[in-house]
Amino acid sequence: MKLSLETIIDQYRADPTRLMDILLDIQSAKGRIGRTAIDLIAKKCKISVVDVEQTVSFYHFFSTEPRGRYTVYLNNSVVAKMMGSEKIARAFEKEAGCTFGSVSSDGLIGLFETSCIGMNDQEPSAIINNVVFPNLTVHSVKKIIEGMRKGKKVSELQTVKPGDGNNGSKLLTTAISNNIRKKGPVIFSEYKQGEVVKALTTLTPQVIIYTMKKSGLRGRGGAGFPVGLKWELCRKSAGDKKYIFCNADEGEPGTFKDRVILTERPQLLFEGMAAAGFAVGSDQGILYLRFEYYYLKEYLEAILDDMRKKKLLGKNIAGRSGFNFTIRIQFGAGAYICGEESALIESAEGKRGEPRDRPPFPVNKGYLGRPTVINNVETLCAAAKILLFGEDWYRSLGTPQSTGTKVLSISGDCLYPGIYEIAWGSTIGEILEMAGAEKVQAVLVGGPSGSFVGPAQFNRKLCYEDLATGGSFIIFNESRDLLKDAVLNFTEFFIEESCGSCAPCRFMTVILKNKLEKLLHGKGVAQDLVDLEKWSSIMQANRCGLGQTAANPIRTTLSNFNHLYTVLIRTNDDFVSEFDLKSAVADSCAVAGRKPMLHGA
Amino acid sequence: MNTAITFTIDGTTCTAETGMYVIGAAQKNGIYIPSLCNMDGVAPRGSCRVCTVRINGKLMAACTTPVSEGMKIENDTEELRDLRSQIIETLFVEGNHFCPSCEKSGNCELQALAYRFKIMVPRYPYRFPVREIDASNPKLIKDHNRCILCKRCVRAIKTKDGKNLFAFKNRGHKLAIIIDPSLASSITDELAERASKVCPVGALIKKETGFAQPIGSRTYDRSPIGSTVELAATSPNAKETAL
Repeated sequence: MKLSLETIIDQYRADPTRLMDILLDIQSAKGRIGRTAIDLIAKKCKISVVDVEQTVSFYHFFSTEPRGRYTVYLNNSVVAKMMGSEKIARAFEKEAGCTFGSVSSDGLIGLFETSCIGMNDQEPSAIINNVVFPNLTVHSVKKIIEGMRKGKKVSELQTVKPGDGNNGSKLLTTAISNNIRKKGPVIFSEYKQGEVVKALTTLTPQVIIYTMKKSGLRGRGGAGFPVGLKWELCRKSAGDKKYIFCNADEGEPGTFKDRVILTERPQLLFEGMAAAGFAVGSDQGILYLRFEYYYLKEYLEAILDDMRKKKLLGKNIAGRSGFNFTIRIQFGAGAYICGEESALIESAEGKRGEPRDRPPFPVNKGYLGRPTVINNVETLCAAAKILLFGEDWYRSLGTPQSTGTKVLSISGDCLYPGIYEIAWGSTIGEILEMAGAEKVQAVLVGGPSGSFVGPAQFNRKLCYEDLATGGSFIIFNESRDLLKDAVLNFTEFFIEESCGSCAPCRFMTVILKNKLEKLLHGKGVAQDLVDLEKWSSIMQANRCGLGQTAANPIRTTLSNFNHLYTVLIRTNDDFVSEFDLKSAVADSCAVAGRKPMLHGA
Repeated sequence: MNTAITFTIDGTTCTAETGMYVIGAAQKNGIYIPSLCNMDGVAPRGSCRVCTVRINGKLMAACTTPVSEGMKIENDTEELRDLRSQIIETLFVEGNHFCPSCEKSGNCELQALAYRFKIMVPRYPYRFPVREIDASNPKLIKDHNRCILCKRCVRAIKTKDGKNLFAFKNRGHKLAIIIDPSLASSITDELAERASKVCPVGALIKKETGFAQPIGSRTYDRSPIGSTVELAATSPNAKETAL
């Protein structure tokens, strides 16, 4: 059923803080957010037109122009390219008759690139009208485009069977696979729906917070903030209403573990959110889910409905009077930066995903100015299990400073890409062996905002004491050109995904990329390496953690893979101009109909 | 209740009251922390990062960090001078800044900071991007060539009923300021004047008033940026003149 613009806006009571939902619904119903829609939203929500435009223009999946009846978003991230996405891109262009970044002349097919969509273990993959198509081949691209030309529904275009586990369930029926290679004792161990909230009925908020503190659980999104302390700070913060957010934006290239947890353990997650709400004194939870996982919408909503029916959510949960907690899903619209907690809040309030200045911290002033806890999917699931089995059990896993387990998303050059729940403290070497990786040149630990490490460091341990990680683990074998295939691509990723607010993050990344390209084009001199090191140091001055780490692909390869740079530089030259006279005069030559006469050219 | 606190900047003991940001607290003590996006009376945003200081060893923006008891702040160090210079140079190569032909020359904070940091030429290659000039509004010219995306106009300028006249469009290096065309069509001369004053560079110019103040007698022609704060510190009535 196609809704009118008015109806869509009224559904959200023309509330400007629900702008994301309004825009998502309009984009989905109309295929774009045109001038008429923008003006009407501004009028009805009583905000200025530029307020609407600033949000629309921020997110990758919003568009003011039509993007085709079938819109293909092909993953252009490093691992996708390693797995052959370039060939797939050419196949799409050939079959669709248009190039990437455009729509076919009949308006049927639009081809667009997008940053990592959380399918690194089954690349090349694409999202077409919110449906994920993993493991694409040139043949399947042909079949898909044929289907489009016949006007098939997008669900009928799928050429492979539904994936394993709940992926094959009635409400999901997606071709995505879980690829759970190693089940650990915390996240993927046995669990019965309802047992967490039932356990809560015998506990007090103080005991829950105490248990969290004793367990040593730290945030699994990457920053590692102690969970018990976060909950306590929020509990103590004054506010008439408080919020529990689950950060399911996992946008760090190479991370896909939250997708699998959301597929296989959604009830555990929702109970974990309820537990956080009970501890903090909040009755409202919000799951901020990245748009790339929109295919999970109906499935997760059905589970939430079911849990409400079973009194595991809603009012007087599990029979405990006054234990009220509801959860709604808030979708993003394509922005890596929204994984940063304060940017996530801004986005959930209908604004651009620009990180906030801190203080104040979200626990004091978060969503709608109210005290807010934001925890990662894995963190909340671990918290739920700790409430079931106790802090001693949890502390018995991992290392003294890094208790419990960590779910890794392993991808790249290995035999068994997928999900591994390991105890903290495992070495990189042990993990590589598990994943079936040989002749390894480098591992990117923690995604591009983490570090590239080489064989000399494969005895290092994954834990907060040594190498902390949010879970992305990308393997590069010796055949890869690390600088060209990985570092350049990730730098482009950061350029694309910067919110643009801080000057160094917005433009230093561009300067660094140009410098890297100069080196790759064989025009580098020794000074260029000094410049890369020195210039990239100003990234530390950016406001948020993502901006501060945006030069990490360059910085960590400069220190750990310096030989890859030194072979690129010209040792006989002190200076090589980047100035290309031929291209500089090309325009005027074209106008005058002349050819440049260059000495030595 | 605001309480009196003590902290140090580059080893000098300073006093202030809680509730102030580091940048303002420093100013009260006669210490100038360079900044671009910050402006008295406008909510701070910490977007240019020029005011970056080290607080207890950590890099923080002085304009958005509240001062607190016992803070050890590093401000005028070689590391931070170079960091700030680098950020200013980044802004120069990101856009197109041709001072001699700019209406804001002499009143421009970016230019004044470049002088303060003795920047002869940016260390980065120029990009010379193609950027638009928007003169479609009756009272304002927006020159994106000169915009440093500090968000001052977004934060400071609202219509009578509190609506935003300015906003950001796009993200990353494609970021730009946009002006609400319908709201801009009916703004007063005073608001247009204020918008051009709020802009630290020459990106927002009020129409029909070009070069009213002769070059040579403009703010930073008379005294370098930051000097009023610093001179106040050396004069006998330091506290009064600083305010």
